[in-house]
Amino acid sequence: MIASNDRYDIARIRRDFPILDREVHGRPLVYLDNAATSQKPRAVIDTELRYYRTMNANIHRGVHLLSQEATDAYEASRERVRRFLNAARREEIVFVRGATEAINLVAASYGQRLKSGDEVLITAMEHHSNIVPWQLLCERSGAVLRVASINDAGELNLTSFEHLLGPRTRIAAFTHISNALGTINPVRELIEMAHANGAVVLVDGAQAAPHARVDVQALDCDFYVFSGHKLYGPTGIGALYGKARLLDAMPPWQGGGDMIREVSFNKSTWNDLPYKFEAGTPNIAGGVALSAAIDYVEDIGLDAIAGHENDLLIRANERAADFPGLRPIGTAKDKAGIFSFVLDGVHPHDIGTILDLEGVAVRTGHHCAMPVMGRFGVPATVRASFGLYNTRDEVDALFAALRRVKEVFA
Amino acid sequence: MSDLRELYQEVIIDHSRRPRNRGELPGHNHSAEGFNPLCGDRLTLYLKVENGIVQDARFDGAGCAISTASASLMTEALKGKTEAQVEALFGAFHDLVTGSAPEESPSLGKLNVFAGVREFPTRVKCATLAWHTLQAALRDRAEPVSTE
Repeated sequence: MIASNDRYDIARIRRDFPILDREVHGRPLVYLDNAATSQKPRAVIDTELRYYRTMNANIHRGVHLLSQEATDAYEASRERVRRFLNAARREEIVFVRGATEAINLVAASYGQRLKSGDEVLITAMEHHSNIVPWQLLCERSGAVLRVASINDAGELNLTSFEHLLGPRTRIAAFTHISNALGTINPVRELIEMAHANGAVVLVDGAQAAPHARVDVQALDCDFYVFSGHKLYGPTGIGALYGKARLLDAMPPWQGGGDMIREVSFNKSTWNDLPYKFEAGTPNIAGGVALSAAIDYVEDIGLDAIAGHENDLLIRANERAADFPGLRPIGTAKDKAGIFSFVLDGVHPHDIGTILDLEGVAVRTGHHCAMPVMGRFGVPATVRASFGLYNTRDEVDALFAALRRVKEVFA
Repeated sequence: MSDLRELYQEVIIDHSRRPRNRGELPGHNHSAEGFNPLCGDRLTLYLKVENGIVQDARFDGAGCAISTASASLMTEALKGKTEAQVEALFGAFHDLVTGSAPEESPSLGKLNVFAGVREFPTRVKCATLAWHTLQAALRDRAEPVSTE
């Protein structure tokens, strides 16, 4: 662990993020809200700026040079995403606004084949974005939503998951890493179990993409989704990976320009993959800059990032162990750099306000995972989530600020 | 730091720890539920109003220090007030915490401790949750009040 830290040049990494220089309330910013969105390195900001300054044009339709350049850059980014996920073919990468839109796409399009009595299986640790689209689908189709339980550590109950899989399960959708608890799910095992029952699998990779290496072929998942903005890239861009065989058979979900081959008032025909699912002018600049974000993250290396964040989590756990009244929420054995907790006698919202005045940005609330809060019997938690640029000193700053909270509420 | 102490005044900390008028009010003739989805705060307000005068007020629920203290101090302030006086108090309180009125208002009495909230726009909803619930209770609204 120490050796890996010596190689991890945190000072250089921090210089790549201009926002880390700023102060909040007269104190240096300690940004620990990375699970909500991460900050952007100069390479991403510059790429987006350069796109607008030098090549902005609409894609896939112009014969002029700018349009060709913009199209090339956007499509190069798709290829970059393909390599990032190790998808077999670039046609399997659909650009979307983010993980939420990707899940909605699958629920709306693939979901059309669901009938009354079919089942969709999710888990009790899902983000609202991996609950509500399936609820809407179930309302439309008469399918039934099943929810696999979690234990007191916030780990998925594998027996419950297996038990709920059955001949009627059409779709199993679960998160790779829980946003509220940090739990890393044994996705390979879950995918095998679901496939053995004939269900297709969607993995929500919104939290995993910035912290773990993803190989969709090795996982053999049918769909994998992530958001660019949690991966140090721009907001409003993300990707859906889907097996070509499945995407091909799915109907379009939004109609418009770019997704068609031929349109007449009698009938329209659809474009090839992935364009069939990309109606309208997309977030071109965001797509181009997403590729810079992936380059940045892979230059450091996802294993190195995961190791660094695990160091920070260990530090936080050590500090928490001798902090009276602090109760961690989510203590899975296999856990990413998400530290969710409650403090005796102080509401998370009050903690968040005091931490903010100390320069420490955390998320307080239900983290778009109200059922998880219910499972642990708390209305909300405080969540510190670590990114590749955070330091041990920042973990210490969090706990120094928590001591201020104790003073105010002493 | 001065901001912090202005927000979390001793009176507020005290009322958040030991809320007054907590629990269901037997014989109430108005009630309403309030919900702040942002932080999960929920409260139920009970009123006993006779001849247009608030005879008693109690609340139940869980929330942050600001919303709990606000509910506690509000229930104290309501007793003996006419519905018109309650409306005027709501207006004065709202102006106080949103910063659209001077920092002190004689009519608000102890409620002036919430003046610090104006420096924390994200916390205004915490301070006003009980008050919005109060309005709903007086109008006998069946749907829970949401701050969002």
